Amino acid sequence: MDDILIARSLFGTTMAFHIIFATIGVGLPLMILTAELLYQRTKDQDYVVMAKRWTKTFAVLLGVGIPTGTIAGVQLSLLWPGFMEVIGRVMPLPFQIEIYAFFVEALFMSIYVYAAERIPPWLRIVSLVLVALGALASAVLITNVHAFQGTPAGFRYEDGKFLDINPWAAFFNPSFYVSAWHVGVSAYVVGAFVVASVASFKMLKNSFGSRIYLFHQKALTLGLTVGCIFAFLTAISGHTSAQYLHRYQPEKLAAAEGLFETQSHAPLAIGGFTDRETEEVKWAIEIPWALSFLADNSFDTVVKGLHDFPEEEWPPLFIHTLFNGMVAIGSLLILIPLLVLGWKRILKRRHNPKWLLWILVSTGPLSVLAIEFGWIFACTGRQPWVIYRILTTAEAATTSKGMGTLFILFSGVYFILAAAVVFVLLYYFRKNSEVDDLKRAERKNGELYSTNT
Amino acid sequence: MPDALIAITVLWGFVFIYAVMATMDFGAGFWSMFYINHERTRATNIANRYLSPTWEVTNTFIVALVVALVSLFPKATYTLGTILLIPGSIILLLLALRSAFLVFSNAIPEYKKPLTYISGITGIIIPGLLISVLPITHGHYIEYGDGNATLNMVKLFTSPNEYAFVGFAISSSLFLSSLLLADYSKVSDEMDAYQVYLRDGRILGPISLLMAFLIMLTLKYEAAWLYNRMIDNMPLLWVSLGFFLLVGVGLYFPNPFAKGVRGMPRLTVIAATAQYLVASYVYGKAHLPYIVYPNVTIHSAFTDPYSFRVVFITYIVGFAILFPGFFYFWSLFMQDKRYLKKK
Repeated sequence: MDDILIARSLFGTTMAFHIIFATIGVGLPLMILTAELLYQRTKDQDYVVMAKRWTKTFAVLLGVGIPTGTIAGVQLSLLWPGFMEVIGRVMPLPFQIEIYAFFVEALFMSIYVYAAERIPPWLRIVSLVLVALGALASAVLITNVHAFQGTPAGFRYEDGKFLDINPWAAFFNPSFYVSAWHVGVSAYVVGAFVVASVASFKMLKNSFGSRIYLFHQKALTLGLTVGCIFAFLTAISGHTSAQYLHRYQPEKLAAAEGLFETQSHAPLAIGGFTDRETEEVKWAIEIPWALSFLADNSFDTVVKGLHDFPEEEWPPLFIHTLFNGMVAIGSLLILIPLLVLGWKRILKRRHNPKWLLWILVSTGPLSVLAIEFGWIFACTGRQPWVIYRILTTAEAATTSKGMGTLFILFSGVYFILAAAVVFVLLYYFRKNSEVDDLKRAERKNGELYSTNT
Repeated sequence: MPDALIAITVLWGFVFIYAVMATMDFGAGFWSMFYINHERTRATNIANRYLSPTWEVTNTFIVALVVALVSLFPKATYTLGTILLIPGSIILLLLALRSAFLVFSNAIPEYKKPLTYISGITGIIIPGLLISVLPITHGHYIEYGDGNATLNMVKLFTSPNEYAFVGFAISSSLFLSSLLLADYSKVSDEMDAYQVYLRDGRILGPISLLMAFLIMLTLKYEAAWLYNRMIDNMPLLWVSLGFFLLVGVGLYFPNPFAKGVRGMPRLTVIAATAQYLVASYVYGKAHLPYIVYPNVTIHSAFTDPYSFRVVFITYIVGFAILFPGFFYFWSLFMQDKRYLKKK
């Protein structure tokens, strides 16, 4: 492997690991907030117990999310010094403002967890809103750097020099809103389906109609409702993102769709693998004209194919499969909650059968997988550029040697952290079962939240 | 003041704030481990009570610091990023283990001891590595071949100056954190823990001072330019030493406000912070205009002037908005007796 590939693998591993925690870290606060609000409205103690247990989960996950985020932030400068030099000059604002979002989240998270019993309910809600907003803002701002990499703006580039730099114009680059919107709502999809996954797993493990079963049924309903709404919004924003690719990064769209020839009435290839030799998508289902319509709302739209671009600037062709995997999971996550709804309302069944619960268990991992697919697609699809048509990844990389060892070390630490975090969560929730927490909540002596600290 | 000087002041401000918060943070983590079998004095509980809500906020400052460097001095980021790949990566790995196991140790009391050992030991190594960035910027461990800077690790880790810095960072972490925890214990009315931390402060103060002298002694031979410029500011170095003596007063003299209590911990925390502030000012001033000696200066590394103005405004606006949050946080965890006296 050459040095660039090792550097990319190292950074890619960091990001792939970090985004699991980051995405749940954005999504879960919304679920906690929803549960807290439901509790304040209904006074049903199940909801406060949910909020408490999700808060604990969130706090433990932050124990990995924060240090891996720190790693990601610092590794940017260590592995891609050429990139950060440009970012520092042209696009400093997202990182700058992200710091404040990060501070807001950290301050109010500590307040919510460690002072929960000492502050009035309205302040608890305010703290939680600030935690959720801080987390969302962090995600949106970091995504903005990614948006800038695809659609750079706010400067004039001549003879390798950056002139007329305007950081705010760079901040509001063309794909900022679309990307931010897509990443934000998809994080809520993950938060909701992770909750739904755990709830349906617990329903499988407990007898129908028992106290614990009913508790998790409420959590499941909440997860599926929030999840379905945001999965729908994610699909809409994803569609807009693809149209932006058509306009701003046509070779990325061409690779995502496996389209080689520029054409109007372009067909949409669903599934399959792009074959570089035969220049076709193998084992795909083709829908005639559909791609043109999706790209710009008209069958006459000319969609550019890969042949319009020099081959050394082609993104890797496997992104077609990743892109389709993401879209497929996204669609499933809209359909599955509707299936459950239909089961209950149309067929009037009260009992969720085992097969249905097992499908629901899979939604959490699937949603995380979709996020992974999406990010890998978005970042490898930009190759060979780190800043589209301005700076190549190779130019941005560190000149230091010996990164193979670092790659092994970091992977090892991520493995340890992953194993430890799973162990800690399982252990904690075995020691503090739903029943324990429900009893604590009933006693109302402020014991519930103190077991979180 | 020229823009580049304002920028380096902001950056140095972050370095100092993070340095103080991090020494207290990593030091507290170490004490929490050190006194884990010392249940009677509750010294571990005090350390944890301080650490649990604050570590995330402290950690945010290191990110703030890196972001400030990137956005104010992008060219310096390029050089530092290249030469710090290995030490920076080791710091990141230790930091990840430390933070995660700190959280884990609070989640499962049954495994508290082994988990605390992991976070305590990794945590106390971090300041030693973090401070190594300073001797590295003095320049003589950096080699320039075919246009690229590389760090000579052998030269770095065989240098007495480097070890003086490492020793200083670790002893300072323990010193400052014991002063802070002494104050924290006293506010919490945990007088047994207070005595323990007061004693630790008495032991570690002179050790830290000795380490500071060792830095100066070795600096004279390894980076004479820096040593001479620091000595030019002798009066301020005396002021710093004066604050150290004030810490001594706070550690040994009877408290005039509380009968029968020896020591004024609040005074020691403030005086020690002032001591480090003055000393770091002398160091920083002597270091100017170099960020990495001799090739990267604050002028050559400075960002685009318009970008600087925009970034500077966000600093002012951002911290104006955040300040009430910090204050509220402080009052909940440093002042509120209900939190401090929780058994």
